[in-house]
Amino acid sequence: MIRKQSEERLEDVGNFVLVLFGGIGEVVLLLWSTLKYGFRGKTDFRLVVYQMLKVGVESLPIGLTSALFVGMVFSIQIATEFVQFGASDYIGGVMAIAVARELGPALTGIVISGRVAASIAAELGTMKVTEQIDAISALGSNPIKYLVLPRFIACTLMMPLLIVLADVFCFLGGYLVAVYVAKVNGVAYMESAQNMLALKDIYGGVAKGFVFGALLAVIACYKGMTAKGGAKGVGEATTSSVVTSLIALFIANYFLTLAMFK
Amino acid sequence: MILLKKLTKKFGDKVILSSVDLEISSGETLAVIGPSGCGKSTLLRLILRLETPTEGSIQVDDVDIEKIDEDGLNSYRQKIGMVFQSAALFDSMTVFENVAFGLRERNELPESKIKDIVKEKLQFVELEGSEELMPSELSGGMQKRVSIARALATEPQIILYDEPTTGLDPITSTTIEDLINKLSKSASVTSIVVTHQLTTIFRTAHRIIMLDKGKFIECGDVEQTKKSRDPIVHKFITAGLD
Repeated sequence: MIRKQSEERLEDVGNFVLVLFGGIGEVVLLLWSTLKYGFRGKTDFRLVVYQMLKVGVESLPIGLTSALFVGMVFSIQIATEFVQFGASDYIGGVMAIAVARELGPALTGIVISGRVAASIAAELGTMKVTEQIDAISALGSNPIKYLVLPRFIACTLMMPLLIVLADVFCFLGGYLVAVYVAKVNGVAYMESAQNMLALKDIYGGVAKGFVFGALLAVIACYKGMTAKGGAKGVGEATTSSVVTSLIALFIANYFLTLAMFK
Repeated sequence: MILLKKLTKKFGDKVILSSVDLEISSGETLAVIGPSGCGKSTLLRLILRLETPTEGSIQVDDVDIEKIDEDGLNSYRQKIGMVFQSAALFDSMTVFENVAFGLRERNELPESKIKDIVKEKLQFVELEGSEELMPSELSGGMQKRVSIARALATEPQIILYDEPTTGLDPITSTTIEDLINKLSKSASVTSIVVTHQLTTIFRTAHRIIMLDKGKFIECGDVEQTKKSRDPIVHKFITAGLD
């Protein structure tokens, strides 16, 4: 009895590993096909612009509001402690480094993944279960070229831009709280940021955006295009795309930070 | 001409088609009948190469479609029109954009010519004036007619109909059946109509085959099918007529 249960558990683990690696393999293949079409220049510019507006411009309210308030909260936390230790001259610098290296990229990545991955997976999932993706193939086009490539380009290009704007708003939020709530000297705050922040910090954070955007797009497109069944399948694909893209983003963030800032 | 040679399709352990042979002549309208879930739609998907056979081959005009490369595949598919069971109209596009999709993807014609073709195809399915409507604003029958217009836009030599009249009222079904006949006569296209609607079978088909347990049963023309002594065909036909 116990042996049978153990065997069943082992089988479950084996199946999970197979599904996991099978899924990763299929995402890599989708990425490869997308890049192939991209390098061949088979892109419909109008579709890319439309997706850039959807991914970038429509994400501005949530992305910038989150950045502003996270900056404000972070500033409250560090300003209180730094003032106590008489290190208020360092608040601006610490804030700037944290924002450029981590807060801006990670926060934007999380917020945009939630919004955009869900939207892409739900849209493509619905198209899949209503045979619209098959119809694209049947009409002599290619779903990767028509659906995946424009979303991939849009996410990869818009994520870094959103990160730059989020950096500005996050830092601004921190400044407002530090100066008007914690009564830190505004000039000292800015000077500290100027002295401590290196260009590498900003480039590094923005570079993360390209990877986050590419990961989010390819995972969300894969989840949408492999949705099965009806509304339930689309719902599962949507949830799974957000969860998977967030996990991928956290893992990628760790290794990118290790590579760029260690 | 479409030629299926020893064609087998399995999904896991489930056998959908079991080493079947079939020849469909140019200009012929073939009805494929059978109960729901027997694999009729899979046959169409195999011909369109949306699925790959487990064994065997499909030849269209003497070309083995499995040997067509990626670029050739798009050209091959442009020779075929497909009317999906759910109509499968692109819900983010207008009727005009749906019908124009295949033509625009070909990138061969100027926009003015595309506009003329779309207008002509919408007239053919009696939906002129609906260009700016969204699919959500159309009834089920209208969606099927737009789907036919979209399939016709690229002047295909073969048209595949997947349950074209299922779920439609008798009058709308008759309209769709008339369109299939009109197309068969005027454009001499080869048509494969997958259906379990008896009126559609009897009103459109030149020849009928039944798919049962992965095998084809040749039924002949409409009259021969009605008189068939094969117990499975007889049961299917009489169940619908009772």
